[in-house]
Amino acid sequence: MDKLKLALYWAGSCGGCDVAVLDINDNILKLADIADILFWPIALDFKYTDVEGMDDNYIDVCLFNGAIITSENERIARLLRAKSKILIAFGSCSCFGGIPALANFSNSADIMNYSYIAAPSNDNPTGTLPQVLTKVDEGILELPALYDTVRTLAQVVPVEYFLPGCPPPVSLIIDLVDKLAKNELPAIGSTLTPEKTVCDECPLKKENKCISKIFRPHELIPEPERCLLEQGIICCGPATRSGCGAACIKAGMPCRGCFGPPEGITDQGAKLVSSIASIYDAENEDEITRMVNEIVDPAGTFYRFAMADSILRRKRFQEKTHE
Amino acid sequence: MSFEPKIVGFLCNWCSYGAADLAGTSRTKYSSNIRIIRVMCSGRIDPTFILKAFEKGADGVLICGCHIGDCHYMEGNIKAARRIPLLKKMLLQLGIEDERLRLKWCSAAEGKLFASIVDDMTEQIRKLGPFNYTGGVKDG
Repeated sequence: MDKLKLALYWAGSCGGCDVAVLDINDNILKLADIADILFWPIALDFKYTDVEGMDDNYIDVCLFNGAIITSENERIARLLRAKSKILIAFGSCSCFGGIPALANFSNSADIMNYSYIAAPSNDNPTGTLPQVLTKVDEGILELPALYDTVRTLAQVVPVEYFLPGCPPPVSLIIDLVDKLAKNELPAIGSTLTPEKTVCDECPLKKENKCISKIFRPHELIPEPERCLLEQGIICCGPATRSGCGAACIKAGMPCRGCFGPPEGITDQGAKLVSSIASIYDAENEDEITRMVNEIVDPAGTFYRFAMADSILRRKRFQEKTHE
Repeated sequence: MSFEPKIVGFLCNWCSYGAADLAGTSRTKYSSNIRIIRVMCSGRIDPTFILKAFEKGADGVLICGCHIGDCHYMEGNIKAARRIPLLKKMLLQLGIEDERLRLKWCSAAEGKLFASIVDDMTEQIRKLGPFNYTGGVKDG
């Protein structure tokens, strides 16, 4: 049997997904047994021109991590799409935008301004900003443009499979390698995780969901064996896909929602608003106001990983067209 | 051309849809800007529905249910009373004005009140202007 031709790429991401691939330990040898790696910027020295020189559909499987933040990310996403038979959105950023998609609460001009001028640690008296095109004596230099709106991979090109997680857990990566080796991948468009929620895998005791005060994680030392939500700590488990084995919860931290919405749910944030509000014991206006005040940053908490893939996708800067 | 707001109204079957019915049968005149969707209870309204309405081109969303204490299902409207303010706070962070989403209580006897709520909301949204889905960025 011919070896599988594999490519891995990182777009707008931290690099953790690439490290997660290495975290499969000795299984990486199994990966090397079944696959030839043709492109992997973080680990191996290949150039974009190497990929450009390949025939279309030459790569069998491409694991693409990271969101689409810059024009370069988009260009390579389109390039790898054309060259790959199977494109897998690997990790939360590529599936739903992930942490980089929190940039959708702002726009590229504001982000540039803060990063290079306004942030207190900057020393930039001339207010120099990176430019897409810069003229120097030798010619014109070009940098990728930063987009206003961070997008998911599937919003840019068609994607065959999704493997969420920040980063995807080792067990699911090994499972993917197994399925690739046996050629047993599920239907196109599937997410390669279980379909239920984190609560379904969570080992903590759940008794009565009714809370009267919301604590931020640093304000309370939770009882170790009881549901964190029941103790008043916002846990995104009820509206988050399982597959992680409730890893954060087992380490004493609430779920932050990195696996995105479970099967059949389009908007993780809306579902979390619904579930958290449902269990808060508020009967009158004062109590409801108290609840709203206790949830300090609902958009940032409920859309921490799924902003780009949510229904609204980004913050609006409304232009007043009528007076 | 003048701007006519599109408002999606989610009305509970037991009280508020009755109010809209009463407004109709008593020939009360009110803005035709509302598109009414009947649901069994205001507690059935998933915040996803509201976001979907904005996505599909609504300029505002009105939710009406029974007065607190009158819910046909005991406490469905209390759930709505908790969800909507929290959703509003989240929508404000996303740049969506407070006036575009309203929660009001309306009994089946309050046809006139329902008509005035719709009129009032239509005028407010007319002042705000159309809901801009891409929202003032080049590549939304």
